[in-house]
Amino acid sequence: MNKDTQPVNDADLHAYVDGELDKSRRLDIEAYLVSHPEAAEQVRQYQQLSQDLHRLFDPVLNEPVPATLVPARVGLRKVSGWSSAARAAALAGIVLVSGLGGWLLNSRMAATENAAVLVNLVQPAAFAHVVYSTDDYYPVEIQAEQQDVLASWLSERMHTSIQAPDLGEVGFVLIGGRLLPSTNRMAAQFMYQNADAERITLYVRRIASKNRQAAFHYQEAQGVKVFYWIDGPMGYALSGSLGKKRLIAIAKVAHDAFAKGV
Amino acid sequence: MTESADLLVTQIPRLRRYARALTGDASRADDLVQDCLVRALSRLKLWKPGTDMRAWLFTIMHNLFVSECRQNSKQPDIAAFTTCYVPGPYDNADTDVRLSELQSGLQQLVPEQREVLLLVSIEGLSYREVAAVLGIPGGTVMSRLHRGRQELRKQLSGKPRTASGLRSVK
Repeated sequence: MNKDTQPVNDADLHAYVDGELDKSRRLDIEAYLVSHPEAAEQVRQYQQLSQDLHRLFDPVLNEPVPATLVPARVGLRKVSGWSSAARAAALAGIVLVSGLGGWLLNSRMAATENAAVLVNLVQPAAFAHVVYSTDDYYPVEIQAEQQDVLASWLSERMHTSIQAPDLGEVGFVLIGGRLLPSTNRMAAQFMYQNADAERITLYVRRIASKNRQAAFHYQEAQGVKVFYWIDGPMGYALSGSLGKKRLIAIAKVAHDAFAKGV
Repeated sequence: MTESADLLVTQIPRLRRYARALTGDASRADDLVQDCLVRALSRLKLWKPGTDMRAWLFTIMHNLFVSECRQNSKQPDIAAFTTCYVPGPYDNADTDVRLSELQSGLQQLVPEQREVLLLVSIEGLSYREVAAVLGIPGGTVMSRLHRGRQELRKQLSGKPRTASGLRSVK
């Protein structure tokens, strides 16, 4: 410690997060963070940002390189020795497919399974929401007044007991529902409306997924916000154009009701 | 020559990641990578073996990106990149929301800040390397990085936006 400790400023926090500091300055900052929770929080947010950027874009590294980007196709013929580069490209392809180990394979499989959930659950739910929630004449096939008929019809067609949950505690009243064709399966759609005439729909269908835990996920599709979850053999998607916080509160009520079999 | 071409091929996935983050659009990104590869191949003899090829490629891509931005000053299509992110199996809705907001927030940054932020945060380049890639002074790297992070923090903490995302509050 042959020099005085310099005051810590915002630039130091960035440099700390980015690994730009030498060891002694890094230790200064770490000591500073212990006694300055606001600065520590700022550092945490910067680190989180970097992690999130990786989560968003690292999957691109695992995508197969499109054929149009293989050097032989992008004008390598202009350069002498193109055949060796083409070989290298083929080799790189093999490395991509086989060489990156189980980690890559797992994340690929997860991505494939997620893609299936998006195609079979989220996208049809969002599309059905767009089609029917905007319909002024026949938004539902069976009205809420005949709820028992709706429940027994849907249960019979979908071979499982299914009933519209009560969303009264979050201000939404059932209008009714309908049976819909979905990819390879049938789906049930329940529609709800609140006092401001905002409509949300709940879409339920069977879905094959290894990931059977009821974690909420979020996706925007067809310009609609969709919260979805998978519980046992069934997938559920709540669609609407409300704010995300309101939608997730409704999704939680719906989830609990379905889980209780109400 | 052969070794240079081999090395170039191994860089393609990283170039694609950077381009995807930079443009927010898969097909625009691959167009950019393609242009970058064509230019790199035509100048492969100018690359000095032993120096960092990735930095050299990022410089080429930066120049192409800048001229593309100049030609084509229209805003990116926000709807186009909501489908870019596929949620992972262990994420929860909070993470999904945060990431989808980050994805659109990133595209609302001015391109100069976006470039610096991505080169530092995703590509792990040092400030000095970024300065060399972009041909700007080190102080400018830092100020763009700081402003970019600040801007994203502001956006992600739910401050009102100027875009159509505004809701009337009851």
